[in-house]
Amino acid sequence: MNQQRQHNANRDQDFGDVDRAGVLVALSRILPTAALLSTAEDLKPYECDGLSAYRELPLAVVLPEDEAQVVAVLKACHARGVPVVARGAGTGLSGGALPHKHGVVLSLAKLKKILHLDPVARVAVVQPGVRNLAISEAAAPCGLYYAPDPSSQIACSIGGNIAENSGGVHCLKYGLTVHNVLRVRAVTIEGEVIEFGNHALDAPGLDMLALLIGSEGMLAVVTEVTVKLTPKPLLAQVIMASFDDVEKAGDAVAAIIAAGIIPAGLEMMDKAATAAVEPYVKAGYDLNAEAILLCESDGTPEEVSEEIAAMRSVLEHSGATDIRVSLSEAERLRYWSGRKAAFPAMGRISPDYYCMDGTIPRKRVAEMLKAIAAMEKKYGLRCANVFHAGDGNLHPLILYDANVPDELARTEAFGAEILALSVALGGAITGEHGVGVEKIGAMCVQFDSAALSVFHAIKHSFDAQGLLNPGKAVPTLHRCAEFGRMHVHGGGLKFPELERF
Amino acid sequence: MMQSFVEQIHAATSERPLRLRGGGGKDFYGNHVNTGHGEILDTREYSGIVAYEPTELVITARCGTPLTEIEAALAGQDQMLAFEPPHFSAAATIGGCVASGLSGPRRAAVGAVRDFVLGVKMLDGAGTSLTFGGQVMKNVAGYDVARLMTGSLGTLGLLLEVSLKVLPLPVAEATLRLEAPQDKALELMNRWAGQPLPVSATCWQDDLLTLRLSGARSAVVAAQQRIGGELVNDANFWRDLREQKSDFFTNDLSHLSHLSLWRLSLPSVAPPLNLPGAQLIEWGGSLRWLRSGADAAGIRTAAAQAGGHATLFRGSAEQKSAAGVFQPLPAALLTLHRKLKQSFDPKGIFNPGRMYREM
Repeated sequence: MNQQRQHNANRDQDFGDVDRAGVLVALSRILPTAALLSTAEDLKPYECDGLSAYRELPLAVVLPEDEAQVVAVLKACHARGVPVVARGAGTGLSGGALPHKHGVVLSLAKLKKILHLDPVARVAVVQPGVRNLAISEAAAPCGLYYAPDPSSQIACSIGGNIAENSGGVHCLKYGLTVHNVLRVRAVTIEGEVIEFGNHALDAPGLDMLALLIGSEGMLAVVTEVTVKLTPKPLLAQVIMASFDDVEKAGDAVAAIIAAGIIPAGLEMMDKAATAAVEPYVKAGYDLNAEAILLCESDGTPEEVSEEIAAMRSVLEHSGATDIRVSLSEAERLRYWSGRKAAFPAMGRISPDYYCMDGTIPRKRVAEMLKAIAAMEKKYGLRCANVFHAGDGNLHPLILYDANVPDELARTEAFGAEILALSVALGGAITGEHGVGVEKIGAMCVQFDSAALSVFHAIKHSFDAQGLLNPGKAVPTLHRCAEFGRMHVHGGGLKFPELERF
Repeated sequence: MMQSFVEQIHAATSERPLRLRGGGGKDFYGNHVNTGHGEILDTREYSGIVAYEPTELVITARCGTPLTEIEAALAGQDQMLAFEPPHFSAAATIGGCVASGLSGPRRAAVGAVRDFVLGVKMLDGAGTSLTFGGQVMKNVAGYDVARLMTGSLGTLGLLLEVSLKVLPLPVAEATLRLEAPQDKALELMNRWAGQPLPVSATCWQDDLLTLRLSGARSAVVAAQQRIGGELVNDANFWRDLREQKSDFFTNDLSHLSHLSLWRLSLPSVAPPLNLPGAQLIEWGGSLRWLRSGADAAGIRTAAAQAGGHATLFRGSAEQKSAAGVFQPLPAALLTLHRKLKQSFDPKGIFNPGRMYREM
């Protein structure tokens, strides 16, 4: 059966012929009973990740305890042509870990050891199931931390961070996952263990480490990671600035950069977002402001006082109506708590919410926010905006109620329009949450068929049978043709050269 | 101009491949390709800054744009290419800078070229124009082909246009020097890197450790007091180091036979190497230059045992062809390289063999 499997740029594969019983027998020879789940009841907790709008029960879930078991599982699945979906903590927001109906979910949750932490070399070697925050906690006694801090850092795993190239609120200054990972050890679908990168600052050959980071479990399964640790700044202070106009807030962001400052964090929240968050966390946000900026400086006390003074002056000249500077660590954390709790806060004011992740050039933010306001009317839905302003990554949170017929459909159309506008403004459909299953259609807006074909060729180089996470991250050309049929762009079809099915 | 590139690509064959070339200053780098056959594809006519917006921290330029033109435009806005690329020639281009993937003294502090590449436009082996990444700081849609292209030595395709993140120039800088034998210097560099100090470059040679501080004025002053050493007033020190014009690289050592320049990339904590020849250390201990006549196998073994790799940076054609310029890859990784090469350049026309014989 597996002879027929072939990753194909044009069409998704079916996998309907997977021999379920045969796979379960093979897996039971590799794993202890407790590490192989296959009843509907046991599979249920794995039916979705952080994007619960998409659900599917897999054929089985496996929980290997070491790399040898990962290798054996992958070999067994490869030999039988069975799809494999790797899963970390399941906090992803794009459905990247959504199970495949005919496939195995490979959970890395049991590989959660910090293997080695070297304070002198400033590196930590960890297994993929280690939580992002656990690395920083382990490094804290040495005055070090792991810089990327996605909002889910208390729960999300480093393996998942690799898959998504996760960011956080400090990436303008400290970079994304790709800037903070030195080495990844991974297993191909054929069961081959390969190391990408090393503990030096570069490796011979092509930069395949960069290719692997952000590849959404499509190329290989991560079993070990070396992360770079960063010295903890001696001090951090945050300025909270209010604006009576979102455009002024957007201009203030540009003015800070123009002044030669790279803030440690630069976040914007609009009025709808602060109104939702404030009753929940009591961060002390100015509820009269149309937008607030959180602008952080970190470093030595001398650096911070110099930078805070410079930022304050820029914000005043940009028309801030109120400026407050955190005077204690508790106050700083309180200012941030509202931003970090923005997503759960939405859950209190709306039965459901849908988080978008487009990026745009910073200067287009006001334009984007105005367009979103118009879309709220068009789709009859509310939207709160939180924004990694420093790096142009916007998270509009569309509020809806899944129990109201048609609201989810309107929400998805709203979201798709935001992503299409992100691309039109010179940005991208996803800045840090990944494509997964959710933005697979939007990929057809950002990339033409030539670029998509290159992605498929890369996929084929690693996974010729197309077994790792099929149907995610990169749409087939057929899917884009279907998508183009539904969404006619500017009077013309996106892929006029393709046959219509 | 682009049309002529496409025509050259269409006309090329594996017997008559292309040698992608900007200013030509890095012709020495990599394995010797196309001896006696093949054709140069000169990128220099395709030149110019396409977009530069200081407040977006992004510059986009065509591949043939002189690096000096880009650096001048950035300096005019108090910004810089933070990875401090070496030029190796007045004619160096931005395309060559990204394709070679080489970074300068600031690398250990801020990152390499690949960390600043945001997007590329390129032509593949069929002459198809492709766009990856973009002009925004964050973009995780699709595989990171823009970074894969960085440092690929022109083996996968022709870069047409690159978008790079830029950073503000530091407000203040100071260069300090102190005496330290190699083991002490390595210890100091690693210790500083583990503390919130604004160390932006380091260089050890002949028991002298030179370091540069960059950042807020008060931070530079505070670090200067804390680290000690003597203040160095040599405006050209870091530039000469970057361009390999300092004594270490230019001293006449011709009395030693078969002398080559090796670039060893190692974990910063790797102990001093017991290899014959002269050494210079950069990047907080992670980059070790070795001028040596020792045999390639011994140097490569030492590098691998220390957890890194060795590149025959400058050497004779004979030595390059005997030892290969780059550390050999494990079989499984080499297979992936060949498959990727096959995907991007099925005819095998882009700089064949410049990185590895097999691709």
